[in-house]
Amino acid sequence: MNLFDIIFYAFAAFTLASAALMVVSKNIIHSAVGLLFSLFGVAGIYVLLAADFLAVVQILVYVGGILILLLFGVMLTQRITSVDMRTGTLQLVPAILAVAGVFVILFRVISKTSWEIIPKSDFNPTAERIGHLLMKEFLIPFEIVSVFLLVALVGAAFIARKGT
Amino acid sequence: MTVGLEHYLVLSAALFSLGLLAVITKKNAVTVLMGIELILNAANINFVAFARFIDTDLDGQVFAIFVIVTAAASAAVALAIVLNLYEHLRSINLEEADSLAG
Repeated sequence: MNLFDIIFYAFAAFTLASAALMVVSKNIIHSAVGLLFSLFGVAGIYVLLAADFLAVVQILVYVGGILILLLFGVMLTQRITSVDMRTGTLQLVPAILAVAGVFVILFRVISKTSWEIIPKSDFNPTAERIGHLLMKEFLIPFEIVSVFLLVALVGAAFIARKGT
Repeated sequence: MTVGLEHYLVLSAALFSLGLLAVITKKNAVTVLMGIELILNAANINFVAFARFIDTDLDGQVFAIFVIVTAAASAAVALAIVLNLYEHLRSINLEEADSLAG
């Protein structure tokens, strides 16, 4: 077991433990903190997968953007001073059984498939290649997703306005 | 056994399961959104792992970027809807948002 494996298991355990904290926690702020650490752990997994650009994007967009947005949603819709910060659960036992079933099925599919690995050893910077791909092969999807994001954000701002 | 593709896929499956659990058990709309973000992250780990181990190019990472953009858009729209729901019901408990139920 070399250093790389130890780092992977550390990041994986960190990510899953934070995600479990997010699911288990009754206080919604604790859930948000669990999600924060889980997203950081996923960024670490990206680094281990030689996706340096994506790891930085993950931290910038998810931790810096989406999580702050979610926290704003929490703060604007909960009475902070009262004890109403709790989030209940329903049908917990059947849900756990169903989700465990899904995980077992996925695990069996993953372990029974014989993957054809193409060996790649070195860590190359990915930003340049991703830029080329976005501007050549994926130009149309890139433009569409840009317009889509613009439309979605304008629409969100419109919906959230008071008195519409 | 050294860490290979299967390890990343199993990690992704576990993360997906936790996100699914949050989506189907939580009553609070914002917590359900957090579960959706976990599921999208699990899908992204799959994309990047396949790009690393099976593909010869970086297409998977480009798709992961598209998924992140879509997640940002969906989070913004969903938060706007949640705020409107709170305006109407003074609550974001999903069990109370049943005006459309027959």
